[in-house]
Amino acid sequence: MNTTHDRAARAGRRSGNWRYWFAAQRGVLIAAAIFIVMFAVYGAAQPMGLSVDVVNTAANKGALLALVAMAQTLPVLTGGLDLSVGMIFMLANCLASTIVTGNAGMTALGIVGVLAAGLACGLVNGLIVVYGRLQPLIATLATSAIYFGIALALRPQPGGDINGDFADGMTRSTLGVPSSVLLIVAALVFVWIPYRNSTLGRAAYAVGSSEPAAYMSGVPIARAKLCAYTLAGLFAALGGLLLTCITFSGEARAALGGEYTLNSIAALVIGGTSLFGGVGGAVGSVFGAFVMRTVGDLLIVFNINPVLQPLFVGVVLLFAVSLGSLRLLRVRNKLDLYR
Amino acid sequence: MADAKPGPLLRVEAVTKHYGGVRALENVQFACRSGSIHALLGENGAGKSTLIKVLSGVVQPDGGRIFLGGEPVGFASPKAAADAGISCIFQELSLLPDLSVADNICIADRPRRFGRIDRAAERRRAEAMLALIGGDDIHPAAPVGGLPLSRQQLVEIAKALARRPKVLILDEATSALTAADVERVFALLKRLRTEGMAIIYISHRMHEIAELADECTVFRNGRYVETFAAGTRSDEAIVEMMIGREYSSAFPPRGGTIREGAPALAVRKLSWAGVLKDVSLDVRPGEVVGLGGLDGQGQREFQLALFGALIGVSGEIEIGGKRAKIKSPRQAKSSALGLALIPEDRKNEGLMLPMTVRENLSFAALDAVSGFGRIDRKAEGELIDDVVRRLAIKSDGLDGPVAALSGGNQQKVVIGKWLMTKPRIVLLNDPTRGIDVGTKQEIYQLLRRLAEQGTAILFYSTDYDELIGCCDRVAVFYDGTITQVLEGAALTDHNLVGAALNLNAGTNGSHGPREATP
Amino acid sequence: MPRSLPKIDVATLTAFGCIVVLLLVGTVAKPGLLSVGYIVQQLLVASFLGTIATGEMIVILMGQIDLSIPWTIGMGGMMATGATGIFGHALGVALAIPFGVACGVVVGLVNGLGVAWLRAPSMIFTLGMNAVAQGLMVWHTGGFAPQDRATGLMIALAGGQLIPGVPNPLLVWIALGAATVYLLTRTRLGRYIYAIGNRERAVFLSGVDSRRVVLIGFMLSGACAAAGGVLLAGWANRSYQAMGDPYLLPVIAAIVLGGTNVLGGRGTYLGTIAGVILITLLQSILSVLQPQDYFARIGINLPADVFRQVVFGLVIIVMMMLYGREKRTR
Repeated sequence: MNTTHDRAARAGRRSGNWRYWFAAQRGVLIAAAIFIVMFAVYGAAQPMGLSVDVVNTAANKGALLALVAMAQTLPVLTGGLDLSVGMIFMLANCLASTIVTGNAGMTALGIVGVLAAGLACGLVNGLIVVYGRLQPLIATLATSAIYFGIALALRPQPGGDINGDFADGMTRSTLGVPSSVLLIVAALVFVWIPYRNSTLGRAAYAVGSSEPAAYMSGVPIARAKLCAYTLAGLFAALGGLLLTCITFSGEARAALGGEYTLNSIAALVIGGTSLFGGVGGAVGSVFGAFVMRTVGDLLIVFNINPVLQPLFVGVVLLFAVSLGSLRLLRVRNKLDLYR
Repeated sequence: MADAKPGPLLRVEAVTKHYGGVRALENVQFACRSGSIHALLGENGAGKSTLIKVLSGVVQPDGGRIFLGGEPVGFASPKAAADAGISCIFQELSLLPDLSVADNICIADRPRRFGRIDRAAERRRAEAMLALIGGDDIHPAAPVGGLPLSRQQLVEIAKALARRPKVLILDEATSALTAADVERVFALLKRLRTEGMAIIYISHRMHEIAELADECTVFRNGRYVETFAAGTRSDEAIVEMMIGREYSSAFPPRGGTIREGAPALAVRKLSWAGVLKDVSLDVRPGEVVGLGGLDGQGQREFQLALFGALIGVSGEIEIGGKRAKIKSPRQAKSSALGLALIPEDRKNEGLMLPMTVRENLSFAALDAVSGFGRIDRKAEGELIDDVVRRLAIKSDGLDGPVAALSGGNQQKVVIGKWLMTKPRIVLLNDPTRGIDVGTKQEIYQLLRRLAEQGTAILFYSTDYDELIGCCDRVAVFYDGTITQVLEGAALTDHNLVGAALNLNAGTNGSHGPREATP
Repeated sequence: MPRSLPKIDVATLTAFGCIVVLLLVGTVAKPGLLSVGYIVQQLLVASFLGTIATGEMIVILMGQIDLSIPWTIGMGGMMATGATGIFGHALGVALAIPFGVACGVVVGLVNGLGVAWLRAPSMIFTLGMNAVAQGLMVWHTGGFAPQDRATGLMIALAGGQLIPGVPNPLLVWIALGAATVYLLTRTRLGRYIYAIGNRERAVFLSGVDSRRVVLIGFMLSGACAAAGGVLLAGWANRSYQAMGDPYLLPVIAAIVLGGTNVLGGRGTYLGTIAGVILITLLQSILSVLQPQDYFARIGINLPADVFRQVVFGLVIIVMMMLYGREKRTR
């Protein structure tokens, strides 16, 4: 047998594998690069450089959006959308400020309760989209109102509390590494990566890529979507829990929930996930979220009125989207422009 | 592993399927033995695709029974059919464009390790399958969406075979493959036949069926007509079975329509993106020029370039003797240039499916029936009625969605839409693909009438009979340029194939690309 | 020619049916509710929503979405009230309303350029524009004392009655609606709008420049949103920050409840009218019913907002289950 030929072919294949992997990860790598550059600038401009405190505060703020962005990523991968992630975030915040208190045992139960509530909200979204066959945009628009209503019912007035030790542990840094970053990494390693490598995770990509083809190929579409929306609820609830740890209270603010929802969409686009589905991932969304948060910090560094943050976030977003349009310059067949 | 059972492996009895008022299948029967290739013939609307969808679990029959290996079975979903051993290669590919080749091939049956998908094993399996069907040049990690159509079709075949099915169904599975690919696939199918697989083969290409099939079954109008051993019926007899009426000569007489004088369309050294290389061609008013050659040699792109859909086109185009720089379909359509393009994908490029037949028909010509933006309903209606009459489009569904029409009628709507713009040059991109024989006839007649009226026609087809039957000249494309132009006595099957494969067949009458008249 | 897809008739009929049900419920809860004054009042409130929804509907019909509405509304209101600060007193008062609307047109222009020429996904681009508009407005009012008083004309437009008994905003909505119905059913542009929502590729290959249509669509959306802002500022006698924020979700909900497919290509203006009135009535009847009182009696103290939100969400789900479901993939 032609072993040298085989070996050469295999070597060729391996280099091809790396090439394709690289091409697939391009969005994530760009987002990561942008974040690193921005954060370096931010750190350099700090009077005391990148101290532990500075990194910690930035990480805590960024992690909140990162978790909600991770939540948004899953339904978007299936070609859908979840407009209720911000409200599940709020609901979890209000619930946590009520039940994550007391001794260690009660606190642990409270945490489980909050996460379970997030899963339940996500599951309801999934059921309505899959079995109710409603458009995700509409379905989650409606459920966002319901979840906000529940959040408001839990906390008509801002207030509540959370177990101090737990909150403290979640929001500080150990040996320079912020716990919130560890939380994100844990979420990625223990939830996202196993999901992405599982049948249902791969099925989610398939559904987003082409649902009719996925159906013909025997992909479990219903289960894939249900799993995606349910896990989205979990991530959003994690975010709400972290918010309670930071603010030590719960508050049902519609504006904040809406802001997180819309920003999560922006974050995942910056991170390389396609709004049409089938392309992208949670890792990119995490970087996208941190990019968005760092914009605000950079404004403070350059002594720009932080009230103008929306302007700059908007400009960054428009810029990021327009970067995507650079590919248009390479288009030779106009048919590629139209769906 | 030949099946020892004497009876057919797959049997269908009294199966019926209705879609609203439309009878897609009415009481059909069908049987297929293991270790045989069984061809399924019929026009569009005959029910072949519906039967395939029933067998592969995509739709549920309203009545009847299916037997696999003697046992009655029912498939609630494509997954159930696949699990039972029936694998189908669909006409509309079932590939996921953003996923890799390996992902697509293994999608229904992931190799797993500790609950996680084993990617290395996936890649190995994909490589093995691709090698089996001759697709060694396809990299398993490549995203499928970036591959050319012929490679995608090979991946689709690999995917169907990956599950080691007992029954393999191919629905027009080779339409985009190169001749070399087709040969390899056929060799593979014949080998699978000796290994005992039951293969159902649907194609409109008689020569493929003649080469492959052991048995043939004909459907017509949703009903079963006859099953016979291959080779025991003549082509005419088969077509008559398919259309149920006397089959007269396929093509209207050629010639006599070409007007003297300046060419309606003159192209000099047209190049684009390495796909088109120095293409030069003249088309005179009333002339029907065919574009031949293997699929993917630049014929489609040539027509898109003429229609203004491509960027970065170099070379000269003259319309009616005047130099023209065509920058957009809007400009191409204008009365100054008078071009029309019938695209290859009618569902995604030619029609707006949920809109009514009327709205689709008048869509390209709205400028002519509106003033200050307001549509003159009366004028529009008159134009529509005129076109409907000329094309004999079924008139009882004009206010319903065009999606409800059959493929042939849909194509007529696309053509009708362009007739309303009164074009002087008509570009057709494989217009009769997937269309029933009856409508094909009507389209040939229509082209003939257009030529008589002085319209210049550029006709790309993958069907050699069509090219020979309809065209005055055929420009054969190879590797992005015209290598030979065949006309007259030299316009034969043999020469077309030879020119397509770029063999220098020096039979009389054929000559190199027509030199541009200075 | 009526767009004779049965689905849309069902949707509009159901929406109107629900309106009737709501009115009945209201009358039962509070006899005497159904007076001419009440109905006129509701139509007045609906006019604001309806004006804004008109533009958004056109964008959705094309298969896009305009999420820059909240701050385009704000921009419209704030620029109209701030016109005197920019143009001086005399010119400012005269130009207030057109200037406010023009600002919305500019926002729509940028949106249209981004979506049609840069081929950006409209969800993200308009999201970015919303943030930019917010930033610009904050910057504008942060610099000096904000001119937020509405001009006399604005107040008259929002609060007056040109035709006795008919509030002016209602007239504005009716005029806008009539123009839109004409646009959608009788003009070339209307055909193109529906076609683009169905299949832009086929529109391109039919020799139609879809980009211009998309641009016009977004400009109309911006104009309608800004006009809504002008009306709102006139009604409240002033403009204020975030005045448009509460309108995004109700606008989309109204359009969808009226039977317009959120993916584009299908929908009638009559349906949007029904959706707008339905949403308005829903808010109104809820405040009439005062469910929080019933709950308070059994000891649960909940703010009124809880019910507004939950009922809003439930109504959307239930109604869409009736006529908004996707087809099965069989």
